[in-house]
Amino acid sequence: MTNVLRGLRQLTWIEVKIFLREPLGAIGTIVIPVLVFVLLGRATAGRPAPSTPALSGLLSAGGVPTLVSMLITISAVLSLAAIISIYREGGILKRLRATPLRPWMILTSHILVKLMLTALTMALMVLAGRRYFAIGPRVPLVSFTIALLISTLSILSIGFIVASVVPTARFAQPIGAVIFYPMIGLSGLFVPIDSLPPALRTVARVLPLSHSASLLQGIWTGDPWSAHLGDVAALAAVFVVCIAVSSRVFRWE
Amino acid sequence: MGMNHAARPVIQVSGIRKTYGKTVAVDDVSFEVGDGEIFGLIGPNGAGKTTTMECVEGIRRPSSGSITVLGLDPVRDVYELQERIGVQLQQAQLQKRIKVWEAMHLWASIYRKTSSTADQLLDQLGLADKRNAWFMTLSGGQKQRLFIALALINDPEVVFLDELTTGLDPQARRKIWELVRDIRDRGKTVFLTTHLMEEAERLCDRVAIIEHGRIIDIDSPQRLVDKYCPERSVTLATADATAAECLERIPGVVSVTREESRYTIRGLGDRFVTDTIRCLSENHVTVTDFRTDTSNLEDVFLKLTGHSIRD
Repeated sequence: MTNVLRGLRQLTWIEVKIFLREPLGAIGTIVIPVLVFVLLGRATAGRPAPSTPALSGLLSAGGVPTLVSMLITISAVLSLAAIISIYREGGILKRLRATPLRPWMILTSHILVKLMLTALTMALMVLAGRRYFAIGPRVPLVSFTIALLISTLSILSIGFIVASVVPTARFAQPIGAVIFYPMIGLSGLFVPIDSLPPALRTVARVLPLSHSASLLQGIWTGDPWSAHLGDVAALAAVFVVCIAVSSRVFRWE
Repeated sequence: MGMNHAARPVIQVSGIRKTYGKTVAVDDVSFEVGDGEIFGLIGPNGAGKTTTMECVEGIRRPSSGSITVLGLDPVRDVYELQERIGVQLQQAQLQKRIKVWEAMHLWASIYRKTSSTADQLLDQLGLADKRNAWFMTLSGGQKQRLFIALALINDPEVVFLDELTTGLDPQARRKIWELVRDIRDRGKTVFLTTHLMEEAERLCDRVAIIEHGRIIDIDSPQRLVDKYCPERSVTLATADATAAECLERIPGVVSVTREESRYTIRGLGDRFVTDTIRCLSENHVTVTDFRTDTSNLEDVFLKLTGHSIRD
């Protein structure tokens, strides 16, 4: 087993290097989100935060970091789905499988790569955005990081189902986009969930991104964890279900 | 040759069957591979070679039947088996932008045991100057050699090579054949598939001919030729008009055909060629050309299946 764990570490490190060699890899995943954050920060910084609690959304406190974190996660998920399907189509997954590496380790290495890149992007954003969009001293960064990790794992697990079932790499990105971008629209960041028509409201509450948004924004603005146990439970449930489903439908070739 | 040096078979396959829905890919296939031999599974594309091999490697599960490799069950003991075998898959790829040395390093880190250093292997396989090249920039032959290097990095007891020279030019192909013989000379057992009869003839100690998922026969290439295509053929050119008469009296002769001054004589038996020469000599027939043709696996395949393997 020790050699296999060593293999996991090697594979993860090599995947990071390979990712950075992709023509648009670093720019698309790291530079653009940081730029978007800085621009959004400039546009909204200094505006008074609306005080009415009903208007939970993009313009209220924590809205921008929440949206940006979710966008970064989703771009990581889309790229994960694309990479897995490219690896499947090219026979790379199959080649790695014909080694003592356990299947879950191959997938874990990709998740680790995405988590690392997400963390790096977030760290850069915090640094770059500081000039325009200072993080208040009361923002609990450690708690927010944990919330982000929970949210990211949950969204990644949805991406895994996409990666498991899309027939070819060419479809992975567009199908992922079709699934995730409407979810952001219904996450409560743009239109408060309570003001949606009843049917859409139910849909929004079932979709994991509304829980992601609520958790991230809540923790950012200083809510205690106890106020978001429901969100955490929902995201954990999504994770468990998606991993169970994708381990059944996952195709290696 | 044959099974006599296979005192303890390294691979035992008995009665495996693999179906995909209603399609039967492999049907009641059984064979054994002895320690230290090069065993080839030969047949046209789609005959079930790769499916059979992948069942033995443990990356595919047969629908029924049993397989033992190095005393292990490829389904139950798949990870233990992977530690002890080396695999080269048909049409596999690596990450486009992985460097040659990174792939070697990664593979070396995956296994418990690594015999030779990665650099030594790259040297032996003529890839030393490609250490820093991205996988996507390698030629077909270089990619295949890298896959062979990866298959050898854990000093495996059995090496699986699936169609390893397909798509290579003749020169690269010959180089790979030498490598395969080297692998065997290092005491390893080699199990390969190919649809190239010349490759099977030059490399394999024994071959199994497979078609439509079933094994037709298993033996050494020479014995298969002797068994199914025992006819020998002599082609000669002579201006002597009386030649045909004496040629027809050669013992074992089956047919004599004439095309202007060229005669083709077919016959049976180990002495047939000698008898032909004797006949020419005794009758003082002056020949301006003389050639013997022996059958090969290609002919065996044609005889057994009624069609050429290239069809």
